[in-house]
Amino acid sequence: MTFFLLTCVLVFLGGAIGGLGRFYVSGLVARRFGETFPWGTLTVNVIGCAVIGIFAALFFDPASEGPSDLPLWALFVTGGLGSFTTVSSFALQTLALARAGEPLDAVLNIAVSLAACLLAAASGFGGAYALLGS
Amino acid sequence: MPRQARLLMAVALGAGSGSLLRYLSSLAALALFGSGFAWGTLFVNVVGSFLIGLYSTLTEPDGRIMAGPILRQGVLTGFCGGFTTFSVFSLETFLFLQAHAFGLAALNVAASVILWLVAVWIGYRIGVRLNRLKGS
Repeated sequence: MTFFLLTCVLVFLGGAIGGLGRFYVSGLVARRFGETFPWGTLTVNVIGCAVIGIFAALFFDPASEGPSDLPLWALFVTGGLGSFTTVSSFALQTLALARAGEPLDAVLNIAVSLAACLLAAASGFGGAYALLGS
Repeated sequence: MPRQARLLMAVALGAGSGSLLRYLSSLAALALFGSGFAWGTLFVNVVGSFLIGLYSTLTEPDGRIMAGPILRQGVLTGFCGGFTTFSVFSLETFLFLQAHAFGLAALNVAASVILWLVAVWIGYRIGVRLNRLKGS
């Protein structure tokens, strides 16, 4: 029970910090590159996916289908990276592009987000695995 | 507390509680449906997309609910952002691929994207309907 509560606290803390990081980075990118296309959300999602791939290579145990270090995973992965990336903003911004009469940008946002995020997760995993041979 | 500090506090509290609720949802999904498919992540991402569509529409300048920018950011950027996750979705899809479960990986991507977008659209449409009830 105390272990469960500790895990909850770590997820909350990681999530709070991850959310602040997303707010900061996506805002920074949006101010730099404009808000006609959701570059900020795309940036945090791709970064978050690359880093979660690295964490998975180091701390995910395929045999047990779970993390090898639960508190670390709760803080950095479930909390931190889970919160640093977002589907809700992606969905809302895709809808906004479609509503603004930019269906091509909407489709582009979906295709680029999916391709870049999956590739980032695979590269993070593969890169960490190759470098550290876990 | 200065305005910027209150804004950051709202985002942090929203994101923290959204993340905790996401974690509890994934535990519940695991207990209910097992680990064969990424039900927990699909659930939070669909619900979070619906919620952001609904709340962002209801709190528009001419919307039904008056919410200050700090509360609005706390719910939208904080809670909805923390509750949903693109990274865990990507990792789970990658792990399906790695386990040669190509059908599950493709299903996860297709079902997720379609349901996220349908959910945000339904949330938006309900918000528009509710906004119209105002006054008249």
